[in-house]
Amino acid sequence: MPVVAGGRLTRASGLGLGVAMLWFSLLVLIPLAAVVATAAAGGWSGFWQAVTNEQTAAAIRLTVGTAMLVTVVNVVMGTLIAWVLVRDRFPGQRALEVLIDVPFALPTIVAGLVLLSLYGPDSPLGVDVANTRAAVFLAFLFVTLPFVVRTVQPVLAELDPEVEEAAASLGASRFTTFRRIVLPALAPAIAAGAALSFARGVSEYGSLVLLSGNLPMQTEVTSVRILSSIENDNLGNAAAVATVLLAVSFAVIVALDVIQRRVGRRG
Amino acid sequence: MSIEVTGVSKRFGDFVALEDVSVSIPSGRLTALLGPSGGGKSTLLRIIAGLERADAGTVGIEGLDATGLPARKRGVGFVFQHYAAFKHLTVRRNVAFGLEIRKRPKEEIRRRVDELLALVHLEQFADRLPAQLSGGQRQRMALARALAVEPKVLLLDEPFGALDAKVRKELREWLRRLHDEVHVTTVFVTHDQEEALEVADEIVVINDGRVEQIGTPDELYDSPANDFVMRFLGPVTQLGSQLVRPHDVAVAVGADDPDAVAGRVARVVRVGFEVRVEVSTGEQLVLATMTRTEFLRLGVDVGTTVSVRVVPGAPVVPVVPDGSPVRSGLEVHAG
Repeated sequence: MPVVAGGRLTRASGLGLGVAMLWFSLLVLIPLAAVVATAAAGGWSGFWQAVTNEQTAAAIRLTVGTAMLVTVVNVVMGTLIAWVLVRDRFPGQRALEVLIDVPFALPTIVAGLVLLSLYGPDSPLGVDVANTRAAVFLAFLFVTLPFVVRTVQPVLAELDPEVEEAAASLGASRFTTFRRIVLPALAPAIAAGAALSFARGVSEYGSLVLLSGNLPMQTEVTSVRILSSIENDNLGNAAAVATVLLAVSFAVIVALDVIQRRVGRRG
Repeated sequence: MSIEVTGVSKRFGDFVALEDVSVSIPSGRLTALLGPSGGGKSTLLRIIAGLERADAGTVGIEGLDATGLPARKRGVGFVFQHYAAFKHLTVRRNVAFGLEIRKRPKEEIRRRVDELLALVHLEQFADRLPAQLSGGQRQRMALARALAVEPKVLLLDEPFGALDAKVRKELREWLRRLHDEVHVTTVFVTHDQEEALEVADEIVVINDGRVEQIGTPDELYDSPANDFVMRFLGPVTQLGSQLVRPHDVAVAVGADDPDAVAGRVARVVRVGFEVRVEVSTGEQLVLATMTRTEFLRLGVDVGTTVSVRVVPGAPVVPVVPDGSPVRSGLEVHAG
């Protein structure tokens, strides 16, 4: 489709670009700029004080660290589950296919209740992780499960099995074939899923708020911290934390893209 | 014998793809597995390659029992109909793949890949991605990739099936020349009888999971084993209870030849240099084809009384009574 004619936008594509930019600005750019502006209102020292506050820093470390760990687990497990769903045939496959989306569909507070009743003080399994960091990890894991699965699955389904057969006939073992042929093809999808998974983890609130206990310095995450800042009428602090999260998420997305390009080219 | 297939059977659910198939494929030759789609020829090729496992029977490659060996240990080069290119790798890296995973020295890989790219005329495309190549170029790349590891046998599954007619014709002539240069035992699957007759040293006709006939193109054409082989190799027509090729039907004016069948010309169609004359003998429509010159010399037209007979010495095959009735006119299978 000709988007550019003689170095200029055609009328239709110009209109399209305008609508897209307006929409994107209203929904994303302006609110984000407002957050950053609010954070900057207190000056650099105010911002620095807010984010280096002992309790806030602990919350940021816990949230970002756990989200990264969960993302790594999701990259491995999500790819594995997608593989099983696409490549294997087994009874109950359709049911599993539907169940994968439950963490998407479930209101997060319901997920929190489920987790609390299963892994809380009255756990029927005898597993009590309430008020521990394991609770945060578990909640993140629960809500981010579908991301990598759902991004990898369609790409894997489109992958031509003959390509793997070609690698095998050239002498490649299954592992070599996976590493050098399949993985590079899946890398963009895995990276996209990982980015979604990380972003969702960092912002999670509802599913962990019941089970984690929100103990300062121990199990308190940034979203809880932001909320308490706002409740204490300290919008500047909240915006400062939000800005840090924004920067971290952006950095992670860029890093994932770089890794993905590397893997995609290497083969 | 380079490839020895003995008593191979394969089912997919209820569908019998191959039933007790035994084939010997000679060393250094170019062999075609010819047959209609769904006849089992691709399955046989995949079983030889180790991409599919036979339910029964054995496969020997160069005197070695390969029945239980996985594909990667069979020393077989395989070329797929849809190229199976490694999309994220350049042409050079595609061809180098088999050598790289064998951890050959870099210098040796570079030299070998250069040689192969020259062989398939892709030197100037070495740094392109497969998506930037045409279908014919991609298939040549796939061929170079398969040859890189110096396979004992080269197997090609409908290698030109996805290409348009012109490129297909070029590539099959090129494959023939390549084979004369490289001399690796080569087996290719095709449903195109012209392709098989033109390129192959030896043809194995496969239909319904069974081998119908094995022979050189001449043997198959001059003495087809049964009506299936005869029909598959080109147009046929029926005269009495015999299947015969339309150009082996002689037409004479008048009805006085006692050995011939009398009839009346029902239709005349001219296609280029060829003239198709349909003769109605009362119960049958017999097709005869001749050159334009022959037709003019014969001097017949629609309604002329003529007699038709099979040219002496021409290959004929009895029609199987329960076989599908032979239509008059052209019966072109596949291709």
